[in-house]
Amino acid sequence: MKNASNTWIYGDNVDTDVIIPARYLNTSEPSELAKFCMEDIDKNFAKEVKEGDVIVAGENFGCGSSREHAPIAIKASGVKVVIAKSFARIFFRNAINIGLVILKNSELPDEIRKGDEIEVDIENGTIKNLSTGKEYETTAYTGSIKELIDIGGLINYTKEKLKS
Amino acid sequence: MTRAMTITEKILADHAGLESVKPNDLITAKVDITLANDITGPVAIKEFKKTGADKVFDKDRVVFVPDHFVPNKDIKSAEQAKNLRDFSKEQKLKNYFEVGRMGIEHTLLPDMGIVGPGDLIIGADSHTCTYGALGAFSTGVGSTDLACAMATGETWFMVPETIKVEFNGELNKWVSAKDLILFLIGQIGVDGALYQALEIGGSTIENLPMDGRFTICNMAIEAGAKNGIIVPDKITEDFVKNRCQRPYKFYKSDENAQYAQVLKYDVSKIEPQVAFPHLPENTKPISQVGDIKIDQAIIGSCTNGRLSDLKVTAEILEGRKIHEDVRLIVFPGTQEIYLEAIEAGYIQTIVRAGGAVSTPTCGPCLGGHMGILAKGERAISTTNRNFVGRMGDVGSEVYLSSPAIAAASAVLGKISSPEELSER
Repeated sequence: MKNASNTWIYGDNVDTDVIIPARYLNTSEPSELAKFCMEDIDKNFAKEVKEGDVIVAGENFGCGSSREHAPIAIKASGVKVVIAKSFARIFFRNAINIGLVILKNSELPDEIRKGDEIEVDIENGTIKNLSTGKEYETTAYTGSIKELIDIGGLINYTKEKLKS
Repeated sequence: MTRAMTITEKILADHAGLESVKPNDLITAKVDITLANDITGPVAIKEFKKTGADKVFDKDRVVFVPDHFVPNKDIKSAEQAKNLRDFSKEQKLKNYFEVGRMGIEHTLLPDMGIVGPGDLIIGADSHTCTYGALGAFSTGVGSTDLACAMATGETWFMVPETIKVEFNGELNKWVSAKDLILFLIGQIGVDGALYQALEIGGSTIENLPMDGRFTICNMAIEAGAKNGIIVPDKITEDFVKNRCQRPYKFYKSDENAQYAQVLKYDVSKIEPQVAFPHLPENTKPISQVGDIKIDQAIIGSCTNGRLSDLKVTAEILEGRKIHEDVRLIVFPGTQEIYLEAIEAGYIQTIVRAGGAVSTPTCGPCLGGHMGILAKGERAISTTNRNFVGRMGDVGSEVYLSSPAIAAASAVLGKISSPEELSER
């Protein structure tokens, strides 16, 4: 993916309760969850988010509950990548398992400004802020995590394993 | 000679069939128990079916507890609970717990002896880390991870580093396990143990009954930890010996095991703690809380719904009345605990004081049902999270505390210590 993306900028400790509040967890339908994504932190997000947008946040993104509904809601809203300084552990696993790309970078979240567009090159692990021209490095997926992504997530991986 | 290991490393190594493991190793490990509830279970069942498996790996080891939105709060919730029920019947699962015979999952499983020392447990609920109190490796995962483990009986892990925490000394009056874990989170922050194991010990913990040990390990996730764990001892043995449904094994850390950090605290310097909105790390000692009026008090949840929590609540409420501006709602952790509390007279005391008592449910803790807050309302709660909108409207507030502080606050109408109560 190398198209310019709009960015949604948030701070530290964005928890799964604000990503998708529990009052909407009486369904697991992705398109339904997407309607309420980020509602308690940003009322405009679900209305204005576009296919291919990127979320940029600080430390410990996705902390709190294990609800897979959180990365499902983000993915179904059209967001292609989440970039944060760090991710909470369960959110990290869930995102990889369902194929939501998440990248770590410690500088970009502090330097990005509202309205900046960025370009993300997942294969090479680089992020470019098109508004300032600055490039940032991020860890490319390697090893068993790359295997998981390449095969299309944990379900496909397990399906293959059960066959053999 | 094998590498000196922590208890967490030893349990992971044994379940991976390896002689030893070290932090950052990627391993595939056998799981003893998988768990899901009425929110995460339906997603796991849907994903399980996609794997092509037609039977779960072991019908005695796949556990479902509907507890979040039950008794069903609306039609959609009823569908989710039905989905769990139907799948459990179809797969002939031994451990499915219906309303009336259930409990909040993390209180129920240890009490039923479904989980025990030395086990490796994953659950599609972040507070699955509770069972570390038994000397087990236990951690929360998402529904897809759970689905794959339900199919194969295995999952992958990165071996975590361990932070060792030692609490030493005697607890002050009204200071409980909840205060220790809130204090710790206040010290290290909500990401202070991110991806790491928290091994909790010291002389205070060696003397702490199981109820308090569960409370401490329950909130390890609130510091970002992968698991919380307490090395099992005589207190653990007494709890599990007539309960555990399977053979169990006691592990302990080697003396020269390596830790990322060792933190030591003298508990005689710790007061009851209150975590202010909107993060569990925003803790203050009760003496510095100030004048904070409350509308609701919640006592219960997987953190503090055990018999000793109801006991201290009843002791404080005995002969007193709930403040006229406060709703007190009490949630026993399991039906069994509920019964014991009735027999001990605790429930009678709570109802006489003007409190409401509910069947076990996670409802209010996550803003699901049974105690939602309106805009501008404030609750003191013995639950585990106080995020924005956690218990209702985005403009409501949750303060976390022990049952003793919550009960005293319910009487006085503002966040208070039992010390502030007048004589009966």
